[in-house]
Amino acid sequence: MTTTTLAQPAEVPETGSAPIVVFDDVSITFDLKPVLHHISFEVAQGETLIILGPAGCGKSVLMKLANGLIEPDSGTIRVFGQDISHMRETDRFALRKRIGMVFQESALFDSLSVENNVAYRLNEEGVPYDEAHAKVEEVLRFVELSQAIDKNPSELSGGMRRRVSIARAIITAPDLILYDSPTGGLDPITSTTIIELIVKQRDVSHTTSLLITHRLQDAFTLATHRWNPEAGHMEPIPDGKIDDSTRFLVLNDGGIVFHGSTQELVHTTDPWLREYLS
Amino acid sequence: MPLPFETFAKQKIASVQEYSLLAGRAVANVFTGRRYWADIYTQMDSIGFGSVPIILLTGFFTGCVLALQSETALKQFGAVNMTGSLVSLSMVKELGPVLTGLMVSGRNASGIASELGSMKVTEQIDAMRALGTDPIRKLVTPRLVASVFMLFWLTILADAVGVLGGAIVSISMLGLNFTYYLHSSYQTLYFADVAQGLAKPVFSGFIMSTVGCYCGMTTKGGTQGVGRATTHAVVISAIFIIVCDFLVTRLMIGIFGR
Repeated sequence: MTTTTLAQPAEVPETGSAPIVVFDDVSITFDLKPVLHHISFEVAQGETLIILGPAGCGKSVLMKLANGLIEPDSGTIRVFGQDISHMRETDRFALRKRIGMVFQESALFDSLSVENNVAYRLNEEGVPYDEAHAKVEEVLRFVELSQAIDKNPSELSGGMRRRVSIARAIITAPDLILYDSPTGGLDPITSTTIIELIVKQRDVSHTTSLLITHRLQDAFTLATHRWNPEAGHMEPIPDGKIDDSTRFLVLNDGGIVFHGSTQELVHTTDPWLREYLS
Repeated sequence: MPLPFETFAKQKIASVQEYSLLAGRAVANVFTGRRYWADIYTQMDSIGFGSVPIILLTGFFTGCVLALQSETALKQFGAVNMTGSLVSLSMVKELGPVLTGLMVSGRNASGIASELGSMKVTEQIDAMRALGTDPIRKLVTPRLVASVFMLFWLTILADAVGVLGGAIVSISMLGLNFTYYLHSSYQTLYFADVAQGLAKPVFSGFIMSTVGCYCGMTTKGGTQGVGRATTHAVVISAIFIIVCDFLVTRLMIGIFGR
């Protein structure tokens, strides 16, 4: 991986050290089936919260709730101190400009080139072409896809699409990044490349993030590795230490079964959790 | 547990509410905030110019058939030379607007629904929202503006080629005089007739675009869902266009007296 210095997320003076994301007793039901019930947790500034859980336990729903793409039936969700769950959709658009999101299946605009996908936000904001093009080149260098700038999404592999999706999410240096299964459906080598990219983004920009993954090895790689800017690649944190800013949230049957640090997760005594982790 | 009928009724009422909100916001966006001119021009090209061939063919042959069919009835009264009047009145007041609406909606409501439906099931619409863009402003409003604007001109085109088709049949098969045909076609039309004929495409364009967008943006269930959305868009917009045609006709008759 090459070393690229990206713009840092903007300071958040209005929130200070207050949590960036707060879920307070959130519940949601689809077609009479409860998907999430009484979910409460917080994500501090600069923290990476890894969300684990079996398929269908509501992880992606939780991610969409955090971005205001769906509304909870009850409870409140505060992002940057603002109640996104009871906000008008038009007001949410302004808030979402501070949030980057990587979708499970990348969700690239298939009628736009890679450059226009990555530059989408900049084009919407009316950034001049030359400036937008330079930023796209910079962010594509960061995800090591400079050669794909003129391609269409249909010409890219699954891993490349994820990287373009990450580039699109980080181009405006958002204050919060939501990764919805960024390694889902990818082979182990490509998954590691994507995780390395996320570690790089975390350690270079210190952006608060929520990350869903089904792969435990990816989760623990995030917790036990760091980005080495001199060497230009990811490496284990020396002395078997773990990244303090990485925490875990484990869901099952729409409820939280664990929320804590890596050490607490590894030493859990909960029988279901131990079986899930084994 | 709610009764099956209760659930069904609630779903239908919710659909009407969602459609009304979407259409209302799409119209409101025309007058407020940012306008996506590039998208509007692209849709005008796709919906308007892309529909020109089918409108030319449909309008022309409808005029031809109208002239042929009217001859049978008019001959009984010795009024075959009134064919021009009948063709122009029928085309301008009714067949031009309705057939244009139906043909363009068949082509474009399905196209809009499948395009937006595909975007919906691949989370592109959610991605657009996540990137801070209002999908109604970006996707629906340009299609609404383009449909209403282009359908107006397509209807005029259909009327013109319909009258032309009627003229060719009247001259070549019915032995009428071209000048007389054109004269009677022109003389028989009043302002009220033209106003009625040109009011209808505004409604048809609105129905076609909003129904297509609504069906697309509420697509569920993967590629099968896209297929269903496409079919629903064509069927619902065609029915709405015909119902709306009746209501507009009645309204115009009430206003203009003919």
